[in-house]
This record gives sequence, structure tokens and C-alpha cells, in this order.
Amino acid sequence: MTGMMTAAETTSAVRARRVSAVEVTRAAIARLNAVEPAVHAFVQTFPEKALAHAQRIDAAVAAGEGASLPLAGVPVAIKDNICLGPDLHRSGDGLGIGGRTTCASRILEHYESPFTATAAQKLINAGAVVIGKTNLDEFAMGSSTEHSAFGPTRNPWDTTRVPGGSSGGSAAAVATRVTPLALGSDTGGSVRQPAAMCGVVGVKPTYGRISRFGLVAYASSLDQIGPITTNVTDAAAVLEVICGPDPLDSTSASPEHHAMHGDLSARLEEPIAGLCLGVPRQALSSANHPGVAKAFADAIKTYQSLGAEIVDIDLPMTDAGIAAYYIVALAEASSNLARYDGVRYGRRAQIKPGEGLVELYSRSRGEGFGNEVKRRIMLGTHVLSSGYYDAYYATALKARRRILQDFQSAFMGEKTGRGCDAVLMPTAPNPAFRIGEKTSDALAMYLEDVYTVGVNLAGLPAMSVPAGFVAEGGRDLPVGLQLVAPAFQEARMLRVARMFERETTFHTREPVIQ
Amino acid sequence: MSTPHAHPLLSAEEVRRIARLARLEVSDAEAEEYRASLSAVVGYMSRLRDVDLSGVEPLAHIGDTHTRMDEDVPGSSLSNDALMKLAPDRWEGFVKVPKVLDDGGGA
Repeated sequence: MTGMMTAAETTSAVRARRVSAVEVTRAAIARLNAVEPAVHAFVQTFPEKALAHAQRIDAAVAAGEGASLPLAGVPVAIKDNICLGPDLHRSGDGLGIGGRTTCASRILEHYESPFTATAAQKLINAGAVVIGKTNLDEFAMGSSTEHSAFGPTRNPWDTTRVPGGSSGGSAAAVATRVTPLALGSDTGGSVRQPAAMCGVVGVKPTYGRISRFGLVAYASSLDQIGPITTNVTDAAAVLEVICGPDPLDSTSASPEHHAMHGDLSARLEEPIAGLCLGVPRQALSSANHPGVAKAFADAIKTYQSLGAEIVDIDLPMTDAGIAAYYIVALAEASSNLARYDGVRYGRRAQIKPGEGLVELYSRSRGEGFGNEVKRRIMLGTHVLSSGYYDAYYATALKARRRILQDFQSAFMGEKTGRGCDAVLMPTAPNPAFRIGEKTSDALAMYLEDVYTVGVNLAGLPAMSVPAGFVAEGGRDLPVGLQLVAPAFQEARMLRVARMFERETTFHTREPVIQ
Repeated sequence: MSTPHAHPLLSAEEVRRIARLARLEVSDAEAEEYRASLSAVVGYMSRLRDVDLSGVEPLAHIGDTHTRMDEDVPGSSLSNDALMKLAPDRWEGFVKVPKVLDDGGGA
């Protein structure tokens, strides 16, 4: 056991001045230095700035301002597609973390954002201390964190394996107890799947719950920032800080939507009476790894022992959802990434005499993007191109509506006569795979996302909680249980997750780095 | 419309055409590599056409159906300097790009 305090414990200790934010930050940096050579979760660290910020938190607490800092002194790691600007609280103060926002791409290798993402700013305003930026698949495009221009992150449970992705660095940072909290982003499972593979909690909130301002866009209609923590209680506490409307993001949900479902922590410990959970028959696929199937069956039994009613539901679009997801996501990606042109910011390639703008664009992009990003941009370009649009993109948008309707039908109980509080699925069909095992087969990697992508297409909240271990090659690999809830029902989802967590000890196990 | 991909494998020429549309410089060797993976994924995506989606309305975006109206009041914005210093090549207050018009080619 590393003895790392949870986010809630840290806040309470720092506010009560039992420990200083500086001491907590020092411990986080020491832990980072100990595990980073084996894991490579970070692409940048900010030890001096973090300590300076921690000092300011301690001063604020000493001045009696602790009550206004719900994350006082909590060390956090931020995925490196979330912008941190040079200022802390007001324009020109120069006290911010700054640094680079690389998206693990050569094209943004030296990019320094002039502004800070709203979600990161809210963490900072709440007293959290940013200690570093974490590794990811380039532009969040991947399920393994292998597609990083700065080298792969390794799974803390078995360093020959991937941590999942794309928020693999954030999941590994929390799994190794460097920080109790990290931010990731989830476009098709990029928070939940690495959380599952690293044995930690990861939440993808309802689309619109958390501002996307300052999150570098991959697929704008699917992207959501989400927290990764060691436990459900911390996840609820962090969501309370970072959720909310934002005038800087026109897709953030209205204040009325946010207000409707209220406090996420207040009733967390209250079990839901008469709990009803839907289990899609597609989630019982024989393609699941046997260890995943066993952990999933055990999780269902755990809920049954708590008195939950389990109903069979049908999500017939589960497999087709992968195709729909990749069409929608990559179409949006091809548009979003058109902004990297080597002109206004980012890497610019050299051109020869006689060459012009098209060569400048094409070479800057050809040199700056990695193979997987180029593959995805080309796929997105193809599905939107003349003569193919109806066959792919328009069809995928219809599939998207059907996927949402299928979930809504389960939540309403239209076919079963009993509305589900949440839907249960494995987070991923397999535990962490070996580094290099799937890099040569893009399609095989995409198929790993079968249980996560539908949620993004439907805009629903979902989360992964630790649900067991699979013995592979002499190591225990974590397995996640996924919960999906109706839109804006995070409070209910977190309570259902907490009911499971109270009955199990999987979330308390820590990896031993070898 | 015509049926795309009666033959599932994209040709190298099609891959180069897509790369040109996407403004991505790829070598012939890279185009050949992408041919296999793009074909596999496009083939997989094509299976969606076997799902009966007749009568289903497309859904492009989740979320509030109303466009939010903001008050028309000036707010703070990023400084010109902060943004200009991000440009890889600039001259005085301008971002530099290669010559777009030919010499003497006036309209």
C-alpha cells in the first residue's frame, strides 16, 4: 500500500491543517519520480509550479478560506489534450501552470495554449494542485496509449501491457497512486476503458455536463471530459466541482438541466430501494474473455444479493454501433483536424522553391501527424466525400438515433415492463492486451470499443468501476464493470456504483510495479 | 446513387485521392500501407448498410435543441500578441504564407 490519501481525505486533512498542501504535493512528486521510469504516464511535470501553488493553497487555508476550496491540496494530473494557460486567476498574472498542450502529437509539440480549459480552471479554483500533463493516444485517437508521439504508457499491473486509452496516462497516474485524481476525455470510451484496464474509477458524464472549452476537439458531438479516481466518492466530489454550464461552450447544457438533478454527493451512501438493472443480452457475448465474463456475472450476483431486480434487455445495435461510431467520430475528426495547417500555430514544414500553400499544408500535416491520426483523417474524409456521404455518414446518423432509442426504451421499460435505473455491461471485452499486439491491425483495435462507443453516440452518462481481476501470464489484470444511466442521472448512477463498491474490495488493490 | 466499393479493396489511386482531399502528404509506400487498413475499416463500416434503418430520423447532435442566445455585450478576449506569437512564421502583424498569386498574374 502506498498510503496515498483519497481526494476527500486530502481535502479534509489540508483544510483541518493536519497536513499541508505542500507536503501532499511533495509526496505526489516523490511517488511520480519513483514509478514514472517504469510506467511513463506523464509527458510533462511541473514540480516547482505545483509546490508554489500548494503554498498558496496553504496560505488560503491559514487565512480561513478552506471552506471555499472543496479540493484543497488535491494533486491532479491532466490529460495533455486539455489546455493549461499561463495565467492562474486573471489575465496577465503569469501564475498559471502553462507549459505545452501537445495532444501527444508532433504537430503541437511546442504549442503553448494562451488559455486554460474551463474544467481545469474549476479544479484549480477549488484548490487542486496540477502536478503534470499525462500521456494519451495522439489527439485521443486510440484505445491503448501506444499512438503517442512520445512513446507508450505502460500498464502498472503488467508493464508489458497497454494501460488502455486514450486517457492511459491519466488512468496509470491514478492507478499508481501518484495522484488521487486525473482528468481524461472520453469520445468513445477513452476514460472508462483505461480506468477498467488500470483498476480505477472513470466517469463519462452526460454530453453537455462538463464544458469542452479548452479540450482539444477530436469529435465534438461525442467528446466529454471525465474524471478518473480511485473510488466513487471522489468521482462524485470532483464532478460536483467541474460540471456546470459555461458561456464559453455553446454545447454545455443549460443551467436548468444541471439544476434538475442536483447534488451528486448528498445521497451517495443511500442504497436505491427497488433497484432495477438492465443487462443487455449482447453484453453476454461469447466473444468476451472468460475472466471478463466471470467478473460480469459476479457483479450481477452482487447486485442481486443487494435486492436488485435484473432484467434482460436488448441493445441490438451493439455491434453495428462500432461502425456507426467510427463513421461519425472520424467524419468529425477530419473536419476538426483541418485546423492544423502549419500556418497559424503548430508545426510548419519546409517547402521548396516553386511550391505553394497546398504543399505547405500537406507536408506540415504529413510530417506532423502520426500514422493513426492520418488513417482516421483519411477515413473521415472518405466517408464524407462526394458519392459516399449517404452510404456512410447519413446512415450512421440514423443508427445513432436508433442506439439512443434502444437505451431510452430500456430506461423506460417499454419492452420489459420495468424501467431500469441503469444498464450494466463489461467496460471492455478483454483485459489489457500486450504492447504491440494490436498496433498492426487498426480494425482489431476498434472492435475493442464495442461496449463503450454507443454511450457516446447516445450522449449518456456512464462509468467504469473496478470489478475483478483476471490472471494472465502470471499477473493479475483488472476488469471493469460499466454502468450506463439516463441523461443527467449521474447522481443515481454514482449511487448504484457506490452500492457495488461498498460490497467489494477490488478498488482497494494497488498494483505492484515491477 | 452508385454503390461504392462493389470491390472492397481501395486502390492505391483511391488512397492517394483521399489523402489529397485531406491535405495529407503521403509517400507511395505509405499509400500502399494505408490501402490495407483503410480497406479493412471501410469494409467493416459498409456492414452498417445491412441494418434496417428505414423510417429512422438522423441524429447529428445530442443536447439542447435550442440555440442559446447571449446578450450582445463585449467581453474580454485574448490579446493579438498572445495569438500571433503562436504562428510559426510571421512578419510584423501578419502571418506569413507562401506566395499565393503568380507574379504579374493580376486579375
